[in-house]
Amino acid sequence: MRALIVLLMAALWSVTIAVAQDGSAESPEEVDARTEAISKTLRCVVCQNQSIYDSNAPLAEDMRNLVRKRVEAGDTNDEAREYLRERYGDYVLMSPPLQMNTILLWTGPIFLVLIGLIWFLARLRSGQALPDRAGLSEADKARVAEVLSETPSAK
Amino acid sequence: MKLSRLLPVGLFGVLVIFLAIGLTRDPSVIPTEMIDREMPTFELSELRDEAVTVSQDDLVGEVTLVNVFGSWCVACLQEHPTLMELSRDNTVRIVGINWRDDREDALAWLMKHGDPYEAIVFDAESELVIKIGVTGAPETFVLDPSGRIRYKQIGPITPEVWTKTIRPVIDAMESESVS
Repeated sequence: MRALIVLLMAALWSVTIAVAQDGSAESPEEVDARTEAISKTLRCVVCQNQSIYDSNAPLAEDMRNLVRKRVEAGDTNDEAREYLRERYGDYVLMSPPLQMNTILLWTGPIFLVLIGLIWFLARLRSGQALPDRAGLSEADKARVAEVLSETPSAK
Repeated sequence: MKLSRLLPVGLFGVLVIFLAIGLTRDPSVIPTEMIDREMPTFELSELRDEAVTVSQDDLVGEVTLVNVFGSWCVACLQEHPTLMELSRDNTVRIVGINWRDDREDALAWLMKHGDPYEAIVFDAESELVIKIGVTGAPETFVLDPSGRIRYKQIGPITPEVWTKTIRPVIDAMESESVS
């Protein structure tokens, strides 16, 4: 029984592989999905804070169509993005690439956290002595002790 | 001890400098990538005669202004008198890119306001416009005689922009071709 199930699963597995290999040309759904994925990572140059996927601007619509054409022509996602980046610069990418002029942007937060952590640990280790809270002199302390010791029943 | 007291003040100063630079920049001006690059290849129909095709080859030979406009574009009206004057005086060749427009509308618009263009590329689907990184209209590219993009004007060409910005760019180009 068990062997049969294993055999069945193996057969199914090989079928799925065959199907996947067969669909070498992209289906319309795949083109749609990739166009959508790429469009979400490209910034609309008219409206600034929207991706071309979200924007209703005419230019964004034309850019989406262009991305679709590039995908249909067989571009990878990166190639399609690169096409627009060449023309509009890094600006057109929704997330800035890691490169020389953005290195501070990407590593800045990590540095800030590290500096904060070092500062915190340094302070912790130096263990600054707390000042005597009330600032009592020796004479005051003696008086306090005296008063406390002689009035246990005054309550 | 005293130095560490000054640290927050110093950090605040750095923050102020960053904000002073960052917050005073105009976010709608996107630096162009196209300067000093060849005009990309294209083949689109002429607005006034659908049978005629215009290509990058029509833009070489002399200094050319390539002006993106549309009948829907309000700011284009602002620069139109300047373009008309430049074409009347034969100052520079002007080629238009009629962007995302309707042929009829565009022709009516030119009829009404005048036509300063030697040729007009009809680009209804932003094909050429995206190739040259246009973000809005009006935008004007200054091409040298070899067809290389040398300058891009974002926004209307007012008489002031012409005399203070574009004219000097063209003059510089002409003097470099002489030497």
